Amino acid sequence: MMTQIVFYVFATVLVLSAGTVVSARNPVHSVLFLILAFFNAAGLFLVAGAEFLAMILVIVYVGAVAVLFLFVVMMLDVRFAQMREGLQRYAPFGAAVGLVLLAELALAFSHWQVAQDIGSVPHVVAAPGRTNTAALGDVLYTHYIFLFESCGLVLLVAMIGAIVLTLRERPMGRRQNIDRQHERTVTDTLAMMTVPLGQGVAANGGFRRPEESYYIASVPGSYGVTADPVPQGKPVEGPLKHGADNHGGLAQ
Amino acid sequence: MNWTLALPEIVLALCGLAILVFGVVQKKGQPFLACSMLTIGAFVLTAFLVVMSPDGIGYNHIFVNDSFARFMKILSLAGGALATMLTVGYARELKVERFEFPVLLLFSTLGTMMMASSGNLMTLFIGLELSSLAIYILCAFARDDVRGAEAGLKYFVLGSLASGLLLYGSALVYGFAGTMEYGAIQTALSATSAVPMGLMIGIVFMLAGLTFKLSAVPFHMWTPDVYQGAPTPVTAFMAGAPKIAAFALLLRVMAGPFGHVAPQWQILVEAIAIVSMVFGSLAAIPQTDIKRLMAYSSIGHMGYALMGLSAGTEEGMRGTLVYLTTYLLMNVGAFAVIIAMRRKGRAVTGIADLAGLGRTDPGLATAMAIFMFSMAGAPPLAGFFGKLMVFYAAINAHLFGLAAVGVVSSVIGAYYYVRIIKVMFFDEATAPLDRRPLSLSFVSVGMGVATVGFLVVLGPVSTAAQAAAQALFR
Repeated sequence: MMTQIVFYVFATVLVLSAGTVVSARNPVHSVLFLILAFFNAAGLFLVAGAEFLAMILVIVYVGAVAVLFLFVVMMLDVRFAQMREGLQRYAPFGAAVGLVLLAELALAFSHWQVAQDIGSVPHVVAAPGRTNTAALGDVLYTHYIFLFESCGLVLLVAMIGAIVLTLRERPMGRRQNIDRQHERTVTDTLAMMTVPLGQGVAANGGFRRPEESYYIASVPGSYGVTADPVPQGKPVEGPLKHGADNHGGLAQ
Repeated sequence: MNWTLALPEIVLALCGLAILVFGVVQKKGQPFLACSMLTIGAFVLTAFLVVMSPDGIGYNHIFVNDSFARFMKILSLAGGALATMLTVGYARELKVERFEFPVLLLFSTLGTMMMASSGNLMTLFIGLELSSLAIYILCAFARDDVRGAEAGLKYFVLGSLASGLLLYGSALVYGFAGTMEYGAIQTALSATSAVPMGLMIGIVFMLAGLTFKLSAVPFHMWTPDVYQGAPTPVTAFMAGAPKIAAFALLLRVMAGPFGHVAPQWQILVEAIAIVSMVFGSLAAIPQTDIKRLMAYSSIGHMGYALMGLSAGTEEGMRGTLVYLTTYLLMNVGAFAVIIAMRRKGRAVTGIADLAGLGRTDPGLATAMAIFMFSMAGAPPLAGFFGKLMVFYAAINAHLFGLAAVGVVSSVIGAYYYVRIIKVMFFDEATAPLDRRPLSLSFVSVGMGVATVGFLVVLGPVSTAAQAAAQALFR
């Protein structure tokens, strides 16, 4: 009885929020209702005893996908009003396609039939006492290791694609030579002066910083730095010398 | 667990990762050429391992290796290696000179190999996604090129839709059989006399998803735009390995698990074959861009290859396999010529740009003429034997209408192939093309020799195809 009540609560909120996703005028509201819908779907999975799916739904869909939607909606200048212009014109056509699909689905599922010996099909059975997350883990890395690793490759390809299609070398960007940045010390960036009493700093040339300390750690070619900041011929003192030897080739 | 069964795939994947790391480390130099060479090396190594690999079913019935899988894998690997070779010469001009390009080609080929070896609907889907995802990226690889970006996006959106259809169909089949494993589905189907409606819809959806990848009519709309927009070596690749792999899936799924309900889907495949052949030959006639022409030509060729499947017999499957082999040879060759079409440093793709090639560059023109004659199906070139075998299978299966449509449409198709030859040899010469790099000459000569001398290897190829077709029906 309690389960049923919980189910109907989740299901009602899910359907209502899914409807609002489509009908909301403000796209940000749409995304927020989408998140609500995801949470309620996760609740339904919990009711069904599939706690792993519930958590995955929250982590992946709410945590990543919906937040990404939100970013896109807020960052891109998408003119939703303009996108809606065709709605009136295409609505009857869309509704017709939807109706046909619905009829086909009804046709498919009204006479649904399963294979006669479906019970004898070998299935992976969870060991008694295993939770469903643990049971999934059991088979994922043994029975389905090939598919699991292949999925890893699919994700790798997606990552390569994202980098290939979007990463651009920006000549105006300010990039750091990480090694040098790590190796630089106080003496590279700070000149210690002994200022006689009563004369003030100004009389000794004002505040001073070694000239190259401004760009010592930036990569040649980035903004405002044309050549290697530590020229070949010039002796470099302190720990930087090591870095300069290593990266002399960077100047090209 | 017999993990060595997938040794070729594992080795290829590890090679891919190693080449990727090599490329990243070498970033300051010019790693493109080195990575391309390593990729070709990896393909050759893998092909060797494929030939040596044993028969068997492994990974809990997820992965199947038999002579059919080996045949298809060798074809895909050849397609991948040839496409990599086509890229090397003009990579900088095509704006694809980055080391990720061969790596993506490698992973796409890996996906096609997994498709050829699938023993489970899940392997089918993941292999398909791996190969398609890499191609979506490759289409848009020259990212400052508006047409390339359009091609990539268009293919991505439509391809995702097709994947969705395929997945939905798989879900319906799973709902019927309670398993995703081919063998078990076959057992479940053989026990039922009548085919339930839900299962039928599932099969049709799967067929739709797979024929989209083949670019057969009525799922062909993306083909001309994507072929035209993508960098030409990518187009050459797309017309080869992924289509062969989609055929591998289609043959394996239709002949295996759904073999018992063959009368239900055969008529559908027959219809798709007929409209593909007719549309492919009629729509190609008014084309003026050679890449678009090749797109329509590939739609037509898929129709002929489907003819073997619709026969539903071992002989038909053998015909399809031989057809795909010949198609790969002449297609790569034709694309090598298209890539070589550059004038004053710019790629030209109009058919009119070929005018007078017979006088300005007789070698290239002869090669193109060989490929065009072969595509038209003139004996004794490779394309003739492929066509002969599928027609023969169709007639033996009493599909006279199908064979008649095939003959008529190949006569119509011959018109636009011969028109290209006429433009090359009999039209007024325009400015000569740029000097082409050695790699393109190498590929076009190699493919030309293979196309002309196919008769010599016809015996071994058709024996291998016969063994592969037998494995399907076992």
